[in-house]
Amino acid sequence: MIHPDKNRLRRTMLFLSAQRPSQMKDAYIYRPDSVIFDLEDAVAESEKDAARFSLFHTLKTVDYGDCERIVRINGLDTPHWREDIRASVAGGAEGIRIPKCESAQEVVEVEAAIEAAEEEFGRPVGRTLVMAAIESPRGVLNASAICEAGRRMFGVAISGGDLRKAMQTRYYPKGEEMLVPRGMVLLAARAAGVQCFDTVFTDLEDMEGFRREVQQNKEMGFDGKSVINPRQIAIVHEIFTPTEREIIEAERVVRAIREQAAEGVGVFTLDGKMLDMAFLPGAERVLALAQAAGLYEGDLVP
Amino acid sequence: MMNSVGRDIPDALLTDGKEVFRGSHHRDGLIYTKPGPTVRAGVKPLHSKLLPNLREAIVQCGIKDGMTLSFHHHFRDGDYVVNLVMAEIAAMGIRDITIAASSLGSAHDPVAHMIETGIVTGLQTSGIRGKIGEAVSHGKLKTPCILRSHGGRVRAIEQGELHIDVAFIGAPTSDEYGNSRGTGGKSDCGVLSYAMADARYADKVVVVTDCLVDFPNFPPSIEAVDVDYVVVVDAIGDPQKIASQATRLSKDPRELKMAEDCVRVVAATPYFKDGFSFQTGAGGPSLATNRFIEAEMERRGITMQWAIGGISQSTVDMLHKGLIKYIVDAQDFDMAAVRSVNNSPGHFEISTSQYANPMNKGAFVNKLDFVVLAALEIDVDFNVNVVTGSDGVLRGAPGGHPDAAAGAKCCIIVTPLVRGRMPTVCERVVTVTTPGENVDVLVTDYGIAVNPARPDLIEALAKAGIKTTTIEALKDKAYAMVGVPDPLDFYDRVVAVVEARDGTLLDVVRQIRPLEL
Repeated sequence: MIHPDKNRLRRTMLFLSAQRPSQMKDAYIYRPDSVIFDLEDAVAESEKDAARFSLFHTLKTVDYGDCERIVRINGLDTPHWREDIRASVAGGAEGIRIPKCESAQEVVEVEAAIEAAEEEFGRPVGRTLVMAAIESPRGVLNASAICEAGRRMFGVAISGGDLRKAMQTRYYPKGEEMLVPRGMVLLAARAAGVQCFDTVFTDLEDMEGFRREVQQNKEMGFDGKSVINPRQIAIVHEIFTPTEREIIEAERVVRAIREQAAEGVGVFTLDGKMLDMAFLPGAERVLALAQAAGLYEGDLVP
Repeated sequence: MMNSVGRDIPDALLTDGKEVFRGSHHRDGLIYTKPGPTVRAGVKPLHSKLLPNLREAIVQCGIKDGMTLSFHHHFRDGDYVVNLVMAEIAAMGIRDITIAASSLGSAHDPVAHMIETGIVTGLQTSGIRGKIGEAVSHGKLKTPCILRSHGGRVRAIEQGELHIDVAFIGAPTSDEYGNSRGTGGKSDCGVLSYAMADARYADKVVVVTDCLVDFPNFPPSIEAVDVDYVVVVDAIGDPQKIASQATRLSKDPRELKMAEDCVRVVAATPYFKDGFSFQTGAGGPSLATNRFIEAEMERRGITMQWAIGGISQSTVDMLHKGLIKYIVDAQDFDMAAVRSVNNSPGHFEISTSQYANPMNKGAFVNKLDFVVLAALEIDVDFNVNVVTGSDGVLRGAPGGHPDAAAGAKCCIIVTPLVRGRMPTVCERVVTVTTPGENVDVLVTDYGIAVNPARPDLIEALAKAGIKTTTIEALKDKAYAMVGVPDPLDFYDRVVAVVEARDGTLLDVVRQIRPLEL
């Protein structure tokens, strides 16, 4: 069975340090689609236990409503990750983010640990989803296998910081230095039918540069972006919001395909353009984006 | 006697025509006679009104026990004038003084000791903070402190309820005849609006400056015709604390979110159209509102006819960009505003009576479309408290809050739902300083609530797709997060009286019982 939230809308994933309860206590007010409680880089080595403790109690006590809660665990080369998963699953996190993922085997190991934790804490097995962060050239080259590795896998995210260093480059405004990795990971995600998210943009003073990058993300076909500050959320949502014309068009396409399908017709034309079932997911996604932006109140969103 | 915001006002205070608050427009149409000051004619041509020092001014003015002295607060936390004058008063053995200031802050902490020693026995002010607030809250002041809004203070002067024996007016520049301005010296504050009524209605007026300029210092904010004496001192204030060099725009995502939501509310109302008028206070969310409103105005292609209130960089920038036609200015918060007022075309100084006195023939606030204000507390009846802290101690200022709220067509309160462990939205505010009937919308980080008395605004917001909740739901959320606060423990003794802007009694503040652990 496909997890009901596997393909949910994830335009924005807001990073929050699990070492800082003040950040975690109510970040849902900024309305990101997802938050990522970070046990990894944002937490000092000596504070891993304390952060895990805060994380668990945040998961248990703060009502994040519709906002998805994902936990970035420590890397599989650390002594922390298994305990990170236990705390996350016990707290009821919706997903786990694997950092610096380089192989399908890591996904398999994480999924096994999650399953064990779900059983240990009496949570429905299969409830906790997984995503992987691709942060190295090897990860990019193995992206396809990573995307197809597990049944809990809902998406992959590119992490630019380490990747740019490994590629002997840095951030450039046009994004050419990331074009190939972004393209390869996107291809792998699409081939596997999972979502794909772009890396964070770290210069909070350069909102124009951020806007440019998000625009490029949208044009390339990303599902969303990791963000590090609530101020970035509205911009991503705005850019990912379809135009009125796109919404009307999508509504007609969804309606027409469903009507034709109900009558057993597979291929047909609408306004002179050929349509078939392959157009349905894209059109439905447009309506879901419009609904999230408060621009669509119809009943065609699945 | 219970007033219309449900506060029980002790009958002992209802003397000399004092009434309890009966609604914002209760005194509309009241006929009264303005008082006149007792002045000494200056017929004989005088070369100079200069006196060598403050002591000489105190002697010449005939200040004696029991008199009322007034001050303005344009130098804010950088003010030296109150302390300089009061130190002389104390040194001369004068006692039983009432200080009638437009506001008092932590700069005036030394006055707290004078309250304890009986040198100061009365206070009438718009703001009360620091050690003075603590002294009054703990019952050290002999008579109840009278708290008034900025407009209410001028009303009290112009109706004769507050008679000023001697006004000490700190002025960044003055000539030897007393023509005074808010700019041109080393302690620039921009405008002298708060002191204008004092100059007209006080029996004696002393200008205190640290920058004497050539006669005539024109155009003056305080005119020589009202001034008895001029005293030059080394410094009237600390320029660093009078006006900040530049007001930094908030980067706090919470404040920015609230500001953005506030502008969404503004833009959803029918008043947001070409030629609208607008006031914001200082402070994070209010200032940030300016930035977002600018973007929304550009998007709609509209301009603001006039802005008012405490002025800072962002408002001045919008004037210079042509987005605002006029700024009417009664207080400046930063150097950008100080430099602009009376210099930039369209940026004018006004008196506080023009700004907000409810009992003149029509103040600027009455013409406001929007005002965006903060709150220490707001309760489920939309009553706002901006004067007592959650510990019951006086630590705030009604300022122009009640005036602008009463005048504006749409009054928006912007405040975080909780501060630390204290709920901002609560069942019943400690002290009512702005009645809920004047508050239309509450914007918090957790949601927006509209006063049920404004179904038109509820409909306008719904039409714009803005989700709202009830103020009760916000209160419940706040209590769920931080718990229900224990009631404060007060003695019966009234230590401060909160006057509504029309002079009726809105609330009283009682002496706080010391916390016993």
